[in-house]
Amino acid sequence: MAITLLVATVVVFLVLEILPGDPASFMLGMEAQEDTLSALRAQMGLDQPALVRYFKWVLGLLSGDLGISYTYDVPVSELIIERIFVSLPLAILAIVLSTVIAIPLGVIAASRHNKSSDLIIMGFSQLGIAIPNFWFAMLLTIVFAVMLRWLPAGGFAGWDAGFFPALTSLLLPTVSLALPQSAILARVTRSAVLEVIQEDYIRTARAKGVSRGSALWNHALRNAMIPVVTIMGLQFSFLLAGTIIIENVFYLPGIGRLIFQAISQRDLIVVKDLVILLSAAVIIINFIVDVLYAVIDPRLRGSGHA
Amino acid sequence: MPNRFQEVFQEGLQHRNFIIGGTITSAFFLIALMSYVWTPHSIEDINIAVKFAKPSGDFWLGTDHFGRDIFSMLVVGARNSVIVAFVAIGIGAGLGVPLGLVAAAQRGWTDELIMRVNDFTFAFPALISAIMITAILGPGAVNSIIAIGIFNIPVFARIARGSALGIWEREFILAAKSAGKGQVRISLEHILPNILSILIVQATIQFALGILAEAGLSYLGLGTQPPAPSWGKMLKEAQTLIHMAPQLAIYPGLAIAMTVLGLNLFGDGLRDILDPKLRRSR
Repeated sequence: MAITLLVATVVVFLVLEILPGDPASFMLGMEAQEDTLSALRAQMGLDQPALVRYFKWVLGLLSGDLGISYTYDVPVSELIIERIFVSLPLAILAIVLSTVIAIPLGVIAASRHNKSSDLIIMGFSQLGIAIPNFWFAMLLTIVFAVMLRWLPAGGFAGWDAGFFPALTSLLLPTVSLALPQSAILARVTRSAVLEVIQEDYIRTARAKGVSRGSALWNHALRNAMIPVVTIMGLQFSFLLAGTIIIENVFYLPGIGRLIFQAISQRDLIVVKDLVILLSAAVIIINFIVDVLYAVIDPRLRGSGHA
Repeated sequence: MPNRFQEVFQEGLQHRNFIIGGTITSAFFLIALMSYVWTPHSIEDINIAVKFAKPSGDFWLGTDHFGRDIFSMLVVGARNSVIVAFVAIGIGAGLGVPLGLVAAAQRGWTDELIMRVNDFTFAFPALISAIMITAILGPGAVNSIIAIGIFNIPVFARIARGSALGIWEREFILAAKSAGKGQVRISLEHILPNILSILIVQATIQFALGILAEAGLSYLGLGTQPPAPSWGKMLKEAQTLIHMAPQLAIYPGLAIAMTVLGLNLFGDGLRDILDPKLRRSR
């Protein structure tokens, strides 16, 4: 994982700092004055060799010093901390909601294999996979904000405004992120449970008098969790991407909005830090998924898988 | 090969998903092709006098805030989606499949190296690579194709390697080896034809994902740029008018969802037909 993270920093540095040639003139545009350019070059340390700049940046990342944003003129770390209190709760709520919806549905569909409830659940799942989350978000906005006027169409009340107003502004974004995710997860859960349900030990458990429900929820589900957790891990990167889009649909002041503002203002310092932060999140989550395998399936412990 | 094609087609006729998905997918491709020769109105026809017109004989799905015909824009948007998704798959399969075949043929450190780089690329979702690319090169359809294409490479490499490994263990490969064929020839003449069906199924899935990704990138303003219409960009424009004209948000989204649904059903059906072993687990 450490190596992957290191390579990620090299790639991001190469693409965003070496590729543009002179980042300072890239950020300021064609008609920049020479003295503003040299001031920015000095601020970014562009007078130093690339290798020195790279190590300074990585050491800074490790110590939490992410540099100063050019457009906002505040430390990037401050910007990120401010925004993460919107993005992180949104992502966590979406994961929780999608799991709570998907796993029971997947198990029910598997236990009623090829019956009408299975077909209905899988039909919805096909729809959920096909619908882009930002369109779903717009449909929710039309129904709940424009027509019914129950919920705000966008914006964030801020946690200072109280827990419930803040949660209310996260409600539609959470649902629009979670439902498409749960469609995929329900499918995976269903096929994983279907696979396990035919194993001998389930038949043995049933023969020993374990009820159908208990065999399903206690024995089959746990053994079906490996592919489910894998997909949840893989989905995390999609979820991050989804969060970026959804924040823009609902005008939420999170990491996703920040990255777009930074792109349109050509604030490469912020873009670079955010891209590495997002990639690091994906890499670390994938590592955690590997570790989780061993927790779920003791057979994998010590086999070098984790 | 034509016989095999006929076989697949005939078996497909008895398969519900294949028929529904195939019909939607062909309609989508036909509409995209049709846009080259005919659209009800020109998409450059701006006529403020008829803005927000309701669906009628003249404007089948009504008009947008510039008085442009929505149906014509959807049709041209379909073409845009096809091109982006197609080229992105070309990049992904064109680079990914050879990499996967090499990894499976060579094993050892080559395999290890290719798969590590693969895992690494996978850690950058298309959106994040697109953000990096746009930050430097600016937004545009070509850049979104590159971003989606890069994301497709590890997908194809992984699936090609995984399925090729199994084929390498088979006896007819041993026979080919003892006949003196080298790794490259075996990979091209024996491995590739045997994993082709899996790759085709994966391509339909990636096609659907590519359409979703293109729509997402254009929605964010990172993809296709005006005046070229794209479903994602139409949704972006509809977003700002959501209180005034919510109907504008319906059609492009429906077009995306229908197309992706069609492709997914088609891919599912195709997989069932080409690989009956997988049927049980689904």
